[in-house]
Amino acid sequence: MTQSVVVQVGQCGNQIGCCFWDLALREHAAVNQKGIYDEAISSFFRNVDTRVVGDGGSISKGKICSLKARVLEDEFPEVYRFVTSIYPSGEDDVITSPYNSILAMKELNEHADCVLPIDNQSLFDIISKIDLMVNSGKLGTTVKPKSLVTSSSGALKKQHKKPFDAMNNIVANLLLNLTSSARFEGSLNMDLNEISMNLVPFPQLHYLVSSLTPLYTLTDVNIPPRRLDQMFSDAFSKDHQLLRADPKHSLYLACALMVRGNVQISDLRRNIERLKPSLQFVSWNQEGWKTSLCSVPPVGHSHSLLALANNTCVKPTFMELKERFMRLYKKKAHLHHYLQVEGMEESCFTEAVSSLSALIQEYDQLDATKNMPVQDLPRLSIAM
Amino acid sequence: MSIVTVQLGQCGNQIGFEVFDALLSDSHSSQGLCSMRENEAYQASCKERFFSEEENGVPIARAVLVDMEPKVINQMLSKAAQSGQWKYGQHACFCQKQGSGNNWAYGYSVHGPRHEESIMNIIRKEVEKCDSFSGFFIIMSMAGGTGSGLGAFVTQNLEDQYSNSLKMNQIIWPYGTGEVIVQNYNSILTLSHLYRSSDALLLHENDAIHKICAKLMNIKQISFSDINQVLAHQLGSVFQPTYSAESSFHYRRNPLGDLMEHLVPHPEFKMLSVRNIPHMSENSLAYTTFTWAGLLKHLRQMLISNAKMEEEGFKDPALYTSWLKPVNAFNVWKTQRAFSKYEKSAVLVSNSQFLVKPLDMIVGKAWNMFASKAYIHQYTKFGIEEEDFLDSFTSLEQVVASYCNL
Repeated sequence: MTQSVVVQVGQCGNQIGCCFWDLALREHAAVNQKGIYDEAISSFFRNVDTRVVGDGGSISKGKICSLKARVLEDEFPEVYRFVTSIYPSGEDDVITSPYNSILAMKELNEHADCVLPIDNQSLFDIISKIDLMVNSGKLGTTVKPKSLVTSSSGALKKQHKKPFDAMNNIVANLLLNLTSSARFEGSLNMDLNEISMNLVPFPQLHYLVSSLTPLYTLTDVNIPPRRLDQMFSDAFSKDHQLLRADPKHSLYLACALMVRGNVQISDLRRNIERLKPSLQFVSWNQEGWKTSLCSVPPVGHSHSLLALANNTCVKPTFMELKERFMRLYKKKAHLHHYLQVEGMEESCFTEAVSSLSALIQEYDQLDATKNMPVQDLPRLSIAM
Repeated sequence: MSIVTVQLGQCGNQIGFEVFDALLSDSHSSQGLCSMRENEAYQASCKERFFSEEENGVPIARAVLVDMEPKVINQMLSKAAQSGQWKYGQHACFCQKQGSGNNWAYGYSVHGPRHEESIMNIIRKEVEKCDSFSGFFIIMSMAGGTGSGLGAFVTQNLEDQYSNSLKMNQIIWPYGTGEVIVQNYNSILTLSHLYRSSDALLLHENDAIHKICAKLMNIKQISFSDINQVLAHQLGSVFQPTYSAESSFHYRRNPLGDLMEHLVPHPEFKMLSVRNIPHMSENSLAYTTFTWAGLLKHLRQMLISNAKMEEEGFKDPALYTSWLKPVNAFNVWKTQRAFSKYEKSAVLVSNSQFLVKPLDMIVGKAWNMFASKAYIHQYTKFGIEEEDFLDSFTSLEQVVASYCNL
């Protein structure tokens, strides 16, 4: 069992981390009835813990998270660094968040192996969607309360008055699903290092858009195959992405499907065949699918799917971020707060923004190849 | 003579388990349809090849299990023990905690050298247990990191340390679409290395076996377990005891040696494939009867698309290359004893152009990806450079060309 360490940084990171541990325990408790410290638990709990870092808050937060990534790389170069990053949404309570984000992004660009960007607006939209479903009271449909991707473990009886709790739970579930194959058995296992290997074709392009389905389970126990297929379709819809992005209409560099529960390889293949025609993959990776099957589903579900997409649909998020940065930077607004801190200079800002521009340009170049016909290159010829 | 099986990676270990299970349950099957003496000879021969005996009568598989993370090996060990019929040796495993990340370079250049001594030690102990040792049967996949990379490294080591013994690698060809994104890279690296160090490559395609499950066996929701069982059935029917000649009284003593002798006439041509019939769902078994003519005709049809009858069909010189006479190229091994619930069954192991098309496709896809340099940094990180890729491409283009020129 590979073991992972979770590093929680800042208010955001720590709050998410808190939900994560509760849910992780709940998941292991469901599998391990006797409460014995077994191999599966040892992947996270020490008799330890993935890197979770929160982004975009106060000045100190921004610095800590990027410092962590770099320090971790120096100290432990062989260990993979996965960063779950919360990107600021349009209406944000922190004015200087664009500065923080861009500065942090430069470090993430260089020192993280994989970044899963998430934004609060998407999480909020998902919650609204769930609330609508739960409260709609459609005839014959009742939702299992524990199955909500937003629900916390039963132990904490707090009421979810604040949406942040529900939102954090979604991220916690993401992390659980990401590591499920490393913790539990399955017919096709996938470790974190495999995610990086298969989904990062070039070192800079390591941003993965994630989506979780299903968001809830109905109490109807017999799941007809159509519902299973619906789970796969949903994973590609823009409503289920944890970032404001539409992968279906952009270019895929690679895609990973991590399935949990009673799903077999034939179901997986059938759905890939079915969905492939509506998705666009880059010419050198037309069959860019990485899959895994884990036998243990999340609590309250019979099956679930986590999709990770390396897709050019992240570009708009980065472009927007750059724009908001430039609006502040052009006026040099609030800059003096940063420059007062020892070690910070204007060059840090200019380097950071040019690093982001270079990244955006790479995505642009890839997008330009969309819709071009796939050409077979001439092969080596052998003299007989 | 005994065969030592080396199971590598998740795929290798999952399949290895099914193979031993199939071999033993066939061996203990009550539907042998032959005399008791015949049955006992069969069982003894099977046991000698694949199992060693323990004090309380539970056979131990002659196997070495290797994986870079512990979950799968632990699962297989307990499944075997639970069956009560057989088990794996307690000290026959080697595991780490980390996995190979689907990275051939990591399996070959990092895990290989790091764990070389320990792995080879365990293999040596297993070989020493054999009274007469015939060779190695190495089970691995091409698409992942451990089976492919570490598998290539181990095979090379076996070639160095046991150059007089035979090595047959059972390689799993991944589905065309989407098990692992870098599967084509891992595959070409594996195949080019193994071509140099292995004696024969027995290749099984997931796609082909999937079709067997879907169309012939009517399995609705096909799982890897189903696929592995079909594979194990095919391998079992190749490796279970058969007679060496028409009227001989002894079961063949050296299956590996005999297979190689007949199937690999020239070192340039090492790729073997297996076709086996019949395959049916449990339900249909009771209602079907077979004739040998029918079975062999079917097999031959599977080999090419013409239709002729009986063994005669296989003696047609048109099937074989000009430098081989049918009498040398075609061999029949028989036994009275029925295999695994089928009243009559037949298996065809062939060295043919059958695999050229899939090989060509994989080389083509890998080449396209290589041209854009995608994922190459993941390999160069661990010491596999672009030149190594080019070497692999060259070797495999050579193999394709050789087969095409037959």
